[in-house]
Amino acid sequence: MPYTPDKPPLAENSEQLRARIPGWGADLDPADRPAYPRERFDPGASGAHWELPEQQPEKWPRERSIEHLRLTPVFGTSTPPRGLSGAMRKLAYRRWSEGRAAHWLVLLAADRVDTVESTLRSFATTRPDNPVTQTGILSERRHHGVASRVGQNRADVRHQLLDPVIVGAPWVAGGVAAYRLGKRLVRRR
Amino acid sequence: MKAMVYRGPYRVRVEEKDRPVVEHPNDAIVRVTRAAICGSDLHLYHGMMPDTRVGMTFGHEFIGVVDEVGPSVRNLSVGDRVMVPFNVYCGSCFFCARGLYSNCHNVNPNATAVGGIYGYSHTCGGYDGGQSQYVRVPFADVGPSLIPDWMDDEDAVLLTDALSTGYFGAQLADIVEGDVVVVLGAGPVGLYAARSAWLMGAGRVVVVDHLDYRLEKARTFAHAETINFVEHDDVVVHLKKLTDGLGADRVIECVGAEADGNFLQHVTSAKLKLQGGSPVALNWAIDAVRKGGTVSVMGAYGPMFSAVKFGDALNKGLTLRMNQCPVKRQWPRLFEHIRNGYLKPNDIVTHRIPLEHVAEGYHIFSAKLDGCIKPLILVDAA
Ligand SMILES: NC(=O)c1ccc[n+]([C@@H]2O[C@H](COP(=O)([O-])OP(=O)(O)OC[C@H]3O[C@@H](n4cnc5c(N)ncnc54)[C@H](O)[C@@H]3O)[C@@H](O)[C@H]2O)c1
Ligand SMILES: [Zn+2]
Ligand SMILES: [Zn+2]
Repeated sequence: MPYTPDKPPLAENSEQLRARIPGWGADLDPADRPAYPRERFDPGASGAHWELPEQQPEKWPRERSIEHLRLTPVFGTSTPPRGLSGAMRKLAYRRWSEGRAAHWLVLLAADRVDTVESTLRSFATTRPDNPVTQTGILSERRHHGVASRVGQNRADVRHQLLDPVIVGAPWVAGGVAAYRLGKRLVRRR
Repeated sequence: MKAMVYRGPYRVRVEEKDRPVVEHPNDAIVRVTRAAICGSDLHLYHGMMPDTRVGMTFGHEFIGVVDEVGPSVRNLSVGDRVMVPFNVYCGSCFFCARGLYSNCHNVNPNATAVGGIYGYSHTCGGYDGGQSQYVRVPFADVGPSLIPDWMDDEDAVLLTDALSTGYFGAQLADIVEGDVVVVLGAGPVGLYAARSAWLMGAGRVVVVDHLDYRLEKARTFAHAETINFVEHDDVVVHLKKLTDGLGADRVIECVGAEADGNFLQHVTSAKLKLQGGSPVALNWAIDAVRKGGTVSVMGAYGPMFSAVKFGDALNKGLTLRMNQCPVKRQWPRLFEHIRNGYLKPNDIVTHRIPLEHVAEGYHIFSAKLDGCIKPLILVDAA
């Protein structure tokens, strides 16, 4: 009982569990657990045949945390910064460390700007963004969208109603921007 | 080549992209055959992770065939079938030398707090991922392993993250024989953590979620007792009742940044992005564990702050353990467990989706349609 020294009894003892569950207790000894102890100094274990890796060439000024003393030897080269979102991202890296909320808030804001910029940019291509196919919403019909939710006692159905708002926001923003721009051009003429 | 591409929150599509090239002497280019969508990808997909750029290819769970190797690669050759851990890591930095492969210091210029992860935003290094026909794999002599002949391809994909992470989560809980273990979340990570808790000698395993079909899997696959938290006014009180008022010896949190159970917490984080993540499950873990107990956190959170009940963690004398999983460290032992029949990873795979239909795959997994637990992506079929 809770207010005495003993551990409350279990419904099944170890022998019963071993009989019921394949592999029960195979890793009882911490020495058999690969993540134990957490740190084990063994530089040869990884297969690395270098002390410091060679430097990957920097093809454009790679944005980096000011908490790093150097550009890391290897880095990802996906999607270089561009446009307004790119300028915001470069500022966030140049100006604030990872410890500062501003760093992350500017990066998050840049993500929202990137979505709007990219959506607008896509209209000048042969493959404009298409919120219907890109959200996969059509799978609702074939994959039991209603039956998966109704009467299922799920906690997430209520806020799923907000999803269309989030997806729609850049489209509305884009629409408003286009309308304003159009009006201004018309007025100028 | 064809690749999944992020177009903005809740929007992805397949695009024609340039095949990646060798950018460093120890790079390999891998032709992907199977990939998967992870619960972590949902945090990106929902626009929660700072510096997730339109145009990036996601995917950190994949296997494939070596298509090209850089000049310094010794351990792999073209044609080898490989499984690639989700971590990008150098193998030689201060952290890698100590086995902290998920905390490598040499692969992520964007942040010092995170290592490198394939297809996981610039905050995790800006690498394109494996939901694609080809992918650049840095440090080919360190990360990838040959897929053993006896291993099922699907099991190999699951070893690149979900299974290794669940198993790692059970280890960080420091389970001793007879412990009462509560697992929050019955997604792939939670199911594997629950199954692994028995391997460590747990005396009782209880899994909590709100999706009945996943709890059903927790009973059959993980041999666990289950609780649907929606059925309880206060799930913490219920857990206390189940544990003689003491609380669980160990709690493994496998939910992460989009935890449900509190509308306000969920909306301020997952929708409005005002917190690094919804702390609902984390706070339940702190409240439901016994004094002196251990909370192992596998759920992922953004780098911003979250409203975590730290005072109770201190007052209860808790041990909080967590990390991104150093995947390859888990493999030798997990290979044995799979061979011995103790673990059958692909029992939780529910959907196999061709790359062209990746947008539908994300929606099904995100909205939890159709009994979805783990979706795989068939890439060679693309
Ligand atoms: N640490 C790592 O190395 C690592 C690796 C992989 C995944 N992850 C993280 O682990 C988490 C789980 O991943 P997954 O693939 O299983 O994702 P998932 O989304 O399929 O699973 C999450 C589960 O939690 C449930 N849930 C939501 N709120 C809950 C609550 N308050 N209490 C209990 N359950 C709740 C959901 O219904 C869902 O079933 C994610 O945050 C992911 O980012 C971490
Ligand atoms: Zn993952
Ligand atoms: Zn390293």
